[in-house]
Amino acid sequence: MRTIKYLLEKEFKQIFRDKIIFGVIFIVPVFQLSILPFAANFELKNISIGIVDEDHFEYSQQLTEKILSSGYFHLKDVSSSYEEGMKAIESNTTDILIEIPNHFERDLGKEGKAEILIAANAVNGTKGGLGSAYISSIIQSFNEELGYSEPLAEGIVTTNLFNPHLDYKHYMVPGIMVFLLTIIGGFLAALNIVSEKEKGTIEQINVSPVPKSAFLLAKLIPFWVISLLLLTISMFIAWLLYGLIPVGSFWIIYVFAFVYLIAFTGFGLLISAVSSTQQQAMFSAFFFIIIFALMSGLFTPINSMPDWAQTITLFNPVRYFVEVMRMIYLKGSTFSDIAGQFGVICLFAVVFNTLAVVGYRKSS
Amino acid sequence: MKVIEVEKLTKQFGDFIAVDHISFDVDQGEIFGFLGANGAGKTTAMRMLCGLSIPTSGKARVAGYDVYKQTEQIKKNIGYMSQKFSLYGDLKVWENIRLFGGIYGLTDKEIAAKTDELLHILDMENERNTMVDSLPLGWKQKLSFSVAIIHEPKVVFLDEPTGGVDPVTRRQFWELIYQAAQRGITIFVTTHYMDEAEYCNRVSIMVDGKIEALDKPSVLKADYHAENMNQVFQALARKATREE
Repeated sequence: MRTIKYLLEKEFKQIFRDKIIFGVIFIVPVFQLSILPFAANFELKNISIGIVDEDHFEYSQQLTEKILSSGYFHLKDVSSSYEEGMKAIESNTTDILIEIPNHFERDLGKEGKAEILIAANAVNGTKGGLGSAYISSIIQSFNEELGYSEPLAEGIVTTNLFNPHLDYKHYMVPGIMVFLLTIIGGFLAALNIVSEKEKGTIEQINVSPVPKSAFLLAKLIPFWVISLLLLTISMFIAWLLYGLIPVGSFWIIYVFAFVYLIAFTGFGLLISAVSSTQQQAMFSAFFFIIIFALMSGLFTPINSMPDWAQTITLFNPVRYFVEVMRMIYLKGSTFSDIAGQFGVICLFAVVFNTLAVVGYRKSS
Repeated sequence: MKVIEVEKLTKQFGDFIAVDHISFDVDQGEIFGFLGANGAGKTTAMRMLCGLSIPTSGKARVAGYDVYKQTEQIKKNIGYMSQKFSLYGDLKVWENIRLFGGIYGLTDKEIAAKTDELLHILDMENERNTMVDSLPLGWKQKLSFSVAIIHEPKVVFLDEPTGGVDPVTRRQFWELIYQAAQRGITIFVTTHYMDEAEYCNRVSIMVDGKIEALDKPSVLKADYHAENMNQVFQALARKATREE
């Protein structure tokens, strides 16, 4: 075990001498955390609407203003007929068309109800769906203001727990931290090992009395250290840019992150055991990263996936850490709240590392 | 004393017999040339002796240890150097010496003393802080040989150590080999340079997985009525049927 000191010295020197890797390790988190939360925002704003106003009375003016003042919509087209309005949708100028028919105000006054047509371009389903839902609720409140529609008897009151301002960024940031650890901890270590295979220097170690376990441990320890450092930097950036501080305790985050890293470096080891070139390792890593990211609940809620996909996410370690990070950051969950996820991650750590050891046995 | 004892050592990959019942002994302090065309099975044989690959059948002991069961002890008692890779290019000269010294169990103090001694012998004192990647190939090879024997092993395996090195540097390299042999380190060397074969105490020539000839260079030349080792090698290698 004394040899590990010399091996660690070597690894740290090599990592810090590689300018690109060093840059990646410390610049990536700053970029990802300062840019991604804004880009990966599922709130819909900037929906373009077209209006066909055939009535031209006060109510239709008021309704149009109310819709526009909500902040979600831009008026991009005003047409005189439905057909014309549809052309704007077809040419992608507008996402949603609102037609206020002739006699709108008269019908409303006389019969207490009138019809409005909303046509949404569903090519981007989310935009179309959410957009028309927004408009419906605006019309609903418009009706209430005019006294034409009874407010719902019970009066639904929505309270947003844990993320009171419904800030999407607060939801994204903890998840992005997980993703960072996954890339640096899991895959950089794998690439590092494969690069020794590629250069052949691993043979020089193989003929020496260094046990394989010491060699691999010396490869992994620097990435554990760097990853935990990275986590710390990320949490600092999250506080600096978004004022985010975990409601729960820091030590649960670190303990969970450490076990997660052991699991993921095990996964990286497995990849490095079966790849003989960095290219192979890169591509297998890339393949898994995409699946892990898209099926982790980081970008899209797991609940809205089809059942079979939800089942697949159970085998995705990223999913659990994303969940836990959000729970601790936003809800302040305690250890007993996340014990289930912790158990699963421990299991992943055991399984991945066992497979990696078997993979290495076979390859030698 | 026999440092390497090999008896009917065989390695088979599926139907292919890479090494076919080879037998030989190497004495302590001997310079043993292990020749053969590409694909003759040299590397496979050498990997078995280094404890990197378990033989299919046969017996072999290296430095007194069994190649089946005692590979860890073997690794402690041998040195290994290859033309293809050896030192870490992104580490400085002293860092490489320190790394391998540490791996082979030298203390920090011993490593420091060894580093000074080694750099002095190699006349590389000014290169202490140079990255190994920026050293000329010949220097690199001399350095990696010295690093391979930093722990004074019983035997050092050299796999085409002088490939691509100029004649003057090769000459210097062989002087290092002689010095090591005089200190009692057994040298087991593969090469494609027949002039180097002449420097060896004994030479074996492998053809298609078998050892076809094994003796002193002078005896082999007499046996094959050849003027030099090149002619001996040509005469034997011509019999090869195995493609590379």
